Amino acid sequence: MTAHSPTRWRFRRPSVIPGFGMALGLTLTWLTLLILIPLSGLAWRSSELGWASFWAIALDARTLNALRISFGTAFAAACVNAVFGIVLAWVLVRYRFPGKRVIDAMVDLPFALPTAVAGIALATLYAPNGWVGQFLTPLGIKIAFTPLGIVIALVFVGLPFVVRTVQPVMEEIDKEVEEAAATLGATRLQTIFRVLLPGLAPAVLTGFALAFARGVGEYGSVIFIAGNLPFKSEIAPLLIVIKLEEYNYAAATGIAAVMLVLSFVLLLVINLIQGWSRRRYGYGA
Amino acid sequence: MKSVRITRLLAAAVFAGSVAISAVAPAFADQALLNVSYDPTRELYKDFNAAFAKKWQADTGEAVTIQASHGGSGAQARSVIDGLEADVVTLALEGDIDAIAKKTGKIPADWKTKFPNNSTPYTSTIVFLVRKGNPKGIKDWADLVKDDVQVITPNPKTSGGARWNFLAAWAWAKQANGGDDAKAQEYVTKLLQHVPVLDTGARGATTTFVQRGLGDVLLAWENEAYLSLEELGPDQFEIVTPSFSIRADPPVAIVDGNVDKKGTRKVAEAYLNYLYSDEGQKIAAKHFYRPIKPEAADPADIARFPKLTLATIDDFGGWKDAQPKFFGDGGVFDQIYKPAQ
Repeated sequence: MTAHSPTRWRFRRPSVIPGFGMALGLTLTWLTLLILIPLSGLAWRSSELGWASFWAIALDARTLNALRISFGTAFAAACVNAVFGIVLAWVLVRYRFPGKRVIDAMVDLPFALPTAVAGIALATLYAPNGWVGQFLTPLGIKIAFTPLGIVIALVFVGLPFVVRTVQPVMEEIDKEVEEAAATLGATRLQTIFRVLLPGLAPAVLTGFALAFARGVGEYGSVIFIAGNLPFKSEIAPLLIVIKLEEYNYAAATGIAAVMLVLSFVLLLVINLIQGWSRRRYGYGA
Repeated sequence: MKSVRITRLLAAAVFAGSVAISAVAPAFADQALLNVSYDPTRELYKDFNAAFAKKWQADTGEAVTIQASHGGSGAQARSVIDGLEADVVTLALEGDIDAIAKKTGKIPADWKTKFPNNSTPYTSTIVFLVRKGNPKGIKDWADLVKDDVQVITPNPKTSGGARWNFLAAWAWAKQANGGDDAKAQEYVTKLLQHVPVLDTGARGATTTFVQRGLGDVLLAWENEAYLSLEELGPDQFEIVTPSFSIRADPPVAIVDGNVDKKGTRKVAEAYLNYLYSDEGQKIAAKHFYRPIKPEAADPADIARFPKLTLATIDDFGGWKDAQPKFFGDGGVFDQIYKPAQ
């Protein structure tokens, strides 16, 4: 019992920053309308299935394959984006060169382009008779209509996520830090791996998570280049569409619910790693 | 200060919104029809709608605007189920209209009896589109399962046209093997192993074959095949009509629940009946659909259709039996796709 303790629990303390009550109310209403209600609708619809048929759908070989392909390709694409996103951000932050602003603007194009347009363009490019495909086919490399094609589509739509999350953090790291590392005798590789990357890790992970999440649910850009063969290149969102075509709303939402849970767990794991790396290495983000 | 600005902004937005709404509103005063159709009828209904609007104006003095919505047949049916206020539906499969009838009750269960010929004003069939000169020598269904032949067809799970393809192949194999269903299944299984890509819709499959240069033969609606030929020039592709195929019946129906609410029953009925008129039949034939009254159409258009033996959906017991048996969850398609992996 301390002196100032008529301790009634208070939801909030008076703050010098105004508007907390209204802003929180608005936030909750908004989240409820836009996210909680649709998601509980999802749970409600898939609960029509009952546990037995829910597990039958979730553990069906075809569903498992589609989930594996969706999450696998999204993961691979996010890894590729993490690596090349850092390189792109590095070039854009650290160097001056003609056309830099154009390249900077181009990074955002995948955000603006309708995904179906991107998908058709990529399929045209990588098809066996396409601009790129025609040179790869004689080498025995097939991209369009294989999981590799899906990865390429997902790399395309996910790239800006990594670049745009890494870029501002990289701008915050002073050039002097790297220069100091060099004067202290670090090699260039040491500078990259021991000075630069640890600080960027949280931002990179955020970008990775965003690109990954986007890739898991991506439909429009993938559907044209995937080939859509069951067990080979059928993505989970397509399987959901197929269930809808059969007017099997419950099964469709069942698969969606599985995807949601998997994504949530994975994003949680990524967040935990991110929190850990932030505590370990500091720097913004 | 700031809050004043926001209030003004809001007021301006509300004002702008109400102006926009009132500007749009008069458009609804005229009669307006919404025809929800499937993919390859785009060109047909563009022509037909213009002709009908002219006729309606001449007969009644009323202007009518017809909006057409096109997409995959199943997806279109689902939009109507989910509340798209279609006055009429003109879909690729009976099963899709049945689904609307069953799920919403807006269409009576006996809708097929409301218009002549089981509510099917025109029919089509499934033919092969091959590359110019027919390099793989494809003449009939048996040639599709030769070693080096790649076949393009969409996914029957997502495409109405692909279901006709599937059943046409089945029907051919069945009659070629003296009515043996097991042999038919064997053939279709083998056929699916020759399919490198399953697009989600008929237009997508056409694109894969025509633009991406994938595959040796495209299984397609007859009208879609002729349309590709017309659009892309006959110097690149040719049509092979097999000896045997299936009669594809894309039916039409009035969505009673919607027309009664909107008060458009009269014009909706006239619209669908006009499909059966001489002009309607002529327009259908012009767009490569086989009219049910060939005598009404231009003889030159009719001459383009080769004669061939046609199975019908009734040979499969109608869509009510065929849909769940072949394409339902765990149906024949699902079963035969498993070993193919």
